Amino acid sequence: MRQSFDEISAQLKRRHRKSARLKWMSMGALGLAGVFLVFFFTDMLIKGLPAFQQAQIQVQVDYNEMAQEIPLAAVEEEVRPLVSRGYLRLIPGRMEDNADLLGTTRMEWVLADGQVDQYLKGHHNNLSASEQAVVDELAANGRAELKFNTTFFSRGDSKMPELAGIASAAMGTVMTLLVTLVVAFPIGVMTAVYLEEFAPDNRFTQIIEININNLAAIPSILFGLLGLAIFINFFGVPRSSPLVGGLTLALMTLPVIIISTRTALRSVPEDIRHAAFGVGCSRWQVVRDHVLPVSMPGIMTGSIIGLAQAMGETAPLIIVGMVAFIPDVSATITEAATVLPAQIFTWAGEPDRAFTEKTAGGILVLLTILITLNATAVVLRKKFERRW
Amino acid sequence: MQTNQLILLFSGALLVLGLIAFFMGRAKAAKVRAAGTAMYAQPDQYAWFAALATAGPAVAVGAIGSFALLLMGAEIPTLYLLAGSLVVAAAGMMVAMMQVRPDFHARKAIEKTIRWILAGAAMISIFTTFGILFSIITEALRFFQMEGFWDFITGTTWNPGASFLAAAGRAEEGATAAEFGSVPLFAGTFMITLVAMLVAIPVGLMSAIYMSEFAPARVRTIAKPVLEVLAGIPTVVYGFFAAITVAPIIVDVAGAFGLEASFNNALAPGIVMGIMIIPFISSLSDDVINAVPDSMRQGSLALGMTRAETIKDVVVPAALPGIISASLLAMSRALGETMIVVMAAGMRPNLTANPLEDMTTVTVRIVAALTGDQEFASAETLSAFALGLVLFVVTLALNMVSVIMIRRFREKYRSNNL
Repeated sequence: MRQSFDEISAQLKRRHRKSARLKWMSMGALGLAGVFLVFFFTDMLIKGLPAFQQAQIQVQVDYNEMAQEIPLAAVEEEVRPLVSRGYLRLIPGRMEDNADLLGTTRMEWVLADGQVDQYLKGHHNNLSASEQAVVDELAANGRAELKFNTTFFSRGDSKMPELAGIASAAMGTVMTLLVTLVVAFPIGVMTAVYLEEFAPDNRFTQIIEININNLAAIPSILFGLLGLAIFINFFGVPRSSPLVGGLTLALMTLPVIIISTRTALRSVPEDIRHAAFGVGCSRWQVVRDHVLPVSMPGIMTGSIIGLAQAMGETAPLIIVGMVAFIPDVSATITEAATVLPAQIFTWAGEPDRAFTEKTAGGILVLLTILITLNATAVVLRKKFERRW
Repeated sequence: MQTNQLILLFSGALLVLGLIAFFMGRAKAAKVRAAGTAMYAQPDQYAWFAALATAGPAVAVGAIGSFALLLMGAEIPTLYLLAGSLVVAAAGMMVAMMQVRPDFHARKAIEKTIRWILAGAAMISIFTTFGILFSIITEALRFFQMEGFWDFITGTTWNPGASFLAAAGRAEEGATAAEFGSVPLFAGTFMITLVAMLVAIPVGLMSAIYMSEFAPARVRTIAKPVLEVLAGIPTVVYGFFAAITVAPIIVDVAGAFGLEASFNNALAPGIVMGIMIIPFISSLSDDVINAVPDSMRQGSLALGMTRAETIKDVVVPAALPGIISASLLAMSRALGETMIVVMAAGMRPNLTANPLEDMTTVTVRIVAALTGDQEFASAETLSAFALGLVLFVVTLALNMVSVIMIRRFREKYRSNNL
């Protein structure tokens, strides 16, 4: 069949239009991912930023003898339901610590109840109309304000939203990651050094390699099952402790560290090894004095990325019991503790609406740390990377 | 004495002994050399050898001893164990001192020891795999002794509620017998994974095509790390986002179409999970598409094909094994994903094809079974390990197929950077 020039050029136009369409569609796909990212971060910021502010009200605190027995008696009846009950409970202790307080009456800024906090932020709350009127009046007189929420960073978990904080979870995260680092970093680097520099290319080495790649792809929850069955039930490591959590995460992080260390070792040119061998170094001396120092930035980058991954991991830690309610900051790695992601998980399950805000606040803190860690890794790589 | 005190004492004594060995070895070697005898190694190497010979056997004895003490229930008083390992350390030091001779290859000995230590470290990853396999299989076998294997695989009712009564010896009080039919769990897992893949594969693949075929280099360098951020967000955060933000939106949208959706619908975790695995698919596909030789593109363009035709008919078919491999890897991620479904999907085992209803997954039931207050030996707790076994086998199979696909691709194009 013969085609006229017009038909051919029309066909060509159609084909080019199709080509342009694919370009725009693929650009759209990337844009979609970007739009989601923006939507996600905006949503988290809107939900989480209020958590960094907390309502405080200025009330008359009467340090009388009755308040030692019944802390509620320390404040006037009108504002009693507006003051945080958890805060009031601390009053007798403060009077014991400081004997001068007894018998004095002071105007003080005190932590408000979570419902007052929600009311002042314009969220859903359970305050009655008369209580709302009292809060409005206090606010009009400048006696009720939203102030920076120090409690959120200085206290552990609590059932009262106004007293709940991330301090104990942050401590738990630090201890757990310390265990993970101490276990996973040396073993990971040693394994990578063995596979890259020492191992002969035989069946055994291949099995180890396949095995490491498989470990990297095993769902994280299965590491939790391992931690439960082997570490807790078999070796008797205390449940919920940073020790068992750290060990479990270490096994999970191991493949990440091994794979990135191997890449770093592989990028060291053979010339360096040959030169070192040439002056009579043994294999271990070559590795210790020449290959490892040169590849350290790459190893550090990989380890930081692995640690960041471990830091956000929750599923295996739930299985080994690290979702415990921890009001106090624990100090040793064998005591029960919780970690930031687990704290977020616990708060997300609280029915009280005020906890939604705390959850998002915790998420913002976690994301900030993770982004900082990953940015450090990228900067480290950029700064010390050597092209041979 | 407490365990940590013992450990402190042990390592302290060992450190002192090691230091003594180090300096004595070095001093002796230096003296021999100063006397004018040619030696095979440097004094420092003799010193390191002495320290290794002192600490190594002692640590081994201590480790084996405490292992026997903890696991075999052997009756060794801990103080004897401590003394025994320190005696071994002293013996090691003596032997090392005798070995400081001109004709002893200290460097070779160190080399050999280090090689063994490194190989030992490499074995740990093997032990981890065996540990996972062993722990899951033994507990799963205990479960299958209580409940039939066939009922587990083909049963359509998952109702473990009464099993803890049976474990407590009060089976007759339970109104209904516990049932462990896992089909609804697999159906739910499959549905959520399907939704995730329907989101992730088109978006991920198209992004990869844009980045490798159309995008200018500057866009590429920005877009790649930004996409990677999606993979770096913790899953618990995605879970919260799916439950609090996405699920209500889906309920509203479904309501606008006159459909009724549950707040724990399968769509919300599925979509969010899909977004999470976009970077897996896009970065792996990007690598594969970049590895397709340029001569194929040039040939196609020289024949007068447009860019889109080249991509659709030449580049993507050539890269297909790699793309399938990436998708399988992403799928195994989605199957094993836990936090998103725990927080956003339902708890009720529900055998349905409607993604707007609530349904539960394998991982949700594993978490549910292990976070309750049940006794460990109850069938419900052990069912977690049976489910874990299935998860392990399925993800392992997916990974294996994925590895084989990528290897085939690599051999075809002799590309070494994959």
